[in-house]
Amino acid sequence: MNSPQQRFLEFSHLSMSFPKGDGTVSKVVVDFDLTVAKGEFVCLIGHSGCGKSTVLSVLAGLVNATEGGAIVDGREVTEPGIDRGIVFQQPNLLPWLSAFDNVMMAVNAAFQKLSRKDRSLKAIHFLTLVGLQDAMTKKSGELSAGMRQRVGIARAFALDPKVLLLDEPFGMLDSLTRFELQQVLLDLWATDKKTAFMVTHDVDEALFLADRVVMMTSGPGAKVGKIVEVPFGRPRDRVGIMEHPEYYAYRDTLIDFLNSQEHGKAA
Amino acid sequence: MDFKRVKDRVWMLVLPFIGFAVILGLWSLVASTFAQNLPSPMKTWEVSKPYIVEPFAKRGELDQGILRFTWYSLVLVAKGYALALILGTPLGFLIGRSKLFARGLDPVIQLLRPVSPLAWLPLGLVLFQKSQPAALFTIAVCSMWPTVLNTALGVRAIPKDYINVARMLQLSPFQTFYKVLLPAALPYMFTGFRLSLGIAWLVIVAVEMLTGSPGVGGFLWQEYNSLIYEHILLCIVTIGLVGLLLDRGMKLLEDRLRPAEVR
Amino acid sequence: MSALELRGVSKSYGSGEHATQVLRNINLKVEKGDFVAIVGYSGAGKTTLMSIIAGLCKADRGDVLLNDKAMKGPGPDRGLVFQNYSLLPWLSAFDNIMLAVNQVFKDWTLEQKTAQVEKFLAMVKLKDAAKKKPHELSGGMRQRVSVARALATNPEMLLMDEPLGALDALTRATLQDEIEKIWRVNRTTAVLITNDVDEGILLADRIIPLSAGPGATLGPEFRIDIPRPRDRKAMVHDLEFRSIRNKVIGYLLGPGARKKPGKPDAPMVLATQAEEVLA
Repeated sequence: MNSPQQRFLEFSHLSMSFPKGDGTVSKVVVDFDLTVAKGEFVCLIGHSGCGKSTVLSVLAGLVNATEGGAIVDGREVTEPGIDRGIVFQQPNLLPWLSAFDNVMMAVNAAFQKLSRKDRSLKAIHFLTLVGLQDAMTKKSGELSAGMRQRVGIARAFALDPKVLLLDEPFGMLDSLTRFELQQVLLDLWATDKKTAFMVTHDVDEALFLADRVVMMTSGPGAKVGKIVEVPFGRPRDRVGIMEHPEYYAYRDTLIDFLNSQEHGKAA
Repeated sequence: MDFKRVKDRVWMLVLPFIGFAVILGLWSLVASTFAQNLPSPMKTWEVSKPYIVEPFAKRGELDQGILRFTWYSLVLVAKGYALALILGTPLGFLIGRSKLFARGLDPVIQLLRPVSPLAWLPLGLVLFQKSQPAALFTIAVCSMWPTVLNTALGVRAIPKDYINVARMLQLSPFQTFYKVLLPAALPYMFTGFRLSLGIAWLVIVAVEMLTGSPGVGGFLWQEYNSLIYEHILLCIVTIGLVGLLLDRGMKLLEDRLRPAEVR
Repeated sequence: MSALELRGVSKSYGSGEHATQVLRNINLKVEKGDFVAIVGYSGAGKTTLMSIIAGLCKADRGDVLLNDKAMKGPGPDRGLVFQNYSLLPWLSAFDNIMLAVNQVFKDWTLEQKTAQVEKFLAMVKLKDAAKKKPHELSGGMRQRVSVARALATNPEMLLMDEPLGALDALTRATLQDEIEKIWRVNRTTAVLITNDVDEGILLADRIIPLSAGPGATLGPEFRIDIPRPRDRKAMVHDLEFRSIRNKVIGYLLGPGARKKPGKPDAPMVLATQAEEVLA
């Protein structure tokens, strides 16, 4: 259970506190502990404001934890790096560049040793895998929100990172586009099974994507509440999952936990 | 906290005065150094006194108090400006609503826009024979374009949903215009009105100069011919001040319409 | 006699080489008192379909019948709730509704019309907001005023074009419940267009998916026999709800889906693409 592969990604006693205006301290996250094996897809769910995005930000290297921290492949995370590819809720593509150029920025950063032609092929490869083979030359203003997020996903994968981080990537999209993109993400992930850590508040999404669903308690002092192993085999498709006899039982478990956290009660 | 606000407010009032003081300073400097013919601020005041101190005096056709002159100019501007709005607003609506008209009229407008009042006035005289109608024609033709273009812009900017509301309720074309198009386009139209007024006031000077009508412009032209520079400067200051007041007044009106636009 | 019928309706935009077919062979029958939900992707043609039903645009082919008679154009007999509120921003909530009431009930006295406006404002629980302008109201409140305006003309049909799409999840849930409650009061024939499957099943008697464009067409219908009033939390456990949900999503992710992402092409084809983008 403790081989390096099993502890590929690790959160160790992660705590995050912020000083409040009146001199006291707000403890958002306290003692968050979690290990993730290499190639595992883990979803972290919890209520808005519980601190799950904070945990992801520490892993991304965008903020430093007050205590403890995150470790990736044996190395402590102190700052952002291309070994961790992030898909944000808003892809924030550079609007004067085409989809292709936006992805190229990532490829250029991660594959400096390759020739220009090989790097272009890589960018085209990922854009094709997210279904944008016909829209590569379009600028972000010409793309729909769903298509922009596909570029965001392609860009993160194009870094060939050690860990893939996703921060509620589909939160801004309508439910049908969300279903679509979840499948796109899953199919792309299945090509090389990167270790993935995703934050979401959508229970169906977590069950569809993850190997394990980690439920976070509500703040203040949020930590790992309950962990659920998702029993569905792979490859997965949305309808097949929903027809699984246990799907709604698992769904209820997650929802019940979230409801119990709604009023700050302990799990 | 409050001290900072008070400080900001004081600065807001004081800075313009400092600006004017700087201009006066530069004026004096220039007058006393390389432009010896330019009268200094003091001298301007001395020579212009009769016109300022007795602003409503009437000593002769082109020898009246400065406020009387201003009044004549304002009356002429008002008439020409009203004409500009009456002609320009419907034209703007037409261009905004109909792509056909827009394509057809746009090159015409772009052709007419840059023409100076100094060119229109002779044409006006040929058309109308008398100087008053020619003057009104000139003011209208020069100042109407911002009204036309901004009205068109406003009409085009109306969200399609509002028009759909009118269609769903089966409002008559007049009702659609009065209840939906007009209020929706009004903020844009008003910007056009304000810009048009600025141009109308600018044009008045040229028009009066060329027709010799009594007014600030007419007076200025006469004094130019008599080489009394002090009076020219007085006219410049007057024109500027009135223009400022007109613009501020329109802005106040415009701001009162704005809240409706906040979405 | 059905309240609304579409027969073989098709619609394209553009002409010649650049023509895109938005809707293809749409067949729909809505009986009086029926609540029908049409679910589909954004940009698939849902709004075009609604525009045709509302009479705001004409189909290229096919017939649109209202009560078995050819539809002539838009009218207040169909109350339309748009996605983007479309309340006139210079009028108060009260005046927005009054605009509609004035148009339809031309013979009524001012008292009668005022009473009608107030009745529907009360129905959407916005009596206290009557004098407020749209920018003083939240998104959810504006949408409620829109619904009140659509219903205040006593329309024969209520049309809702993604009415809750622009709202946050919590407000959306609250308004869904309210719409269900309001609809139950007089059971006006209703057509709802949405991209949320759960919303469609919660509110409607029948749910029909619209395939992804271009050339979007209606998929199989599903009758929803879950008794009203419907409770959102309880419904999740209902087997029929789950079955319909799975089938509709199955259609939309299967035969009705958008083009699936492709696998990387042979290296030669990729090389050509690379040259294209590098050029």
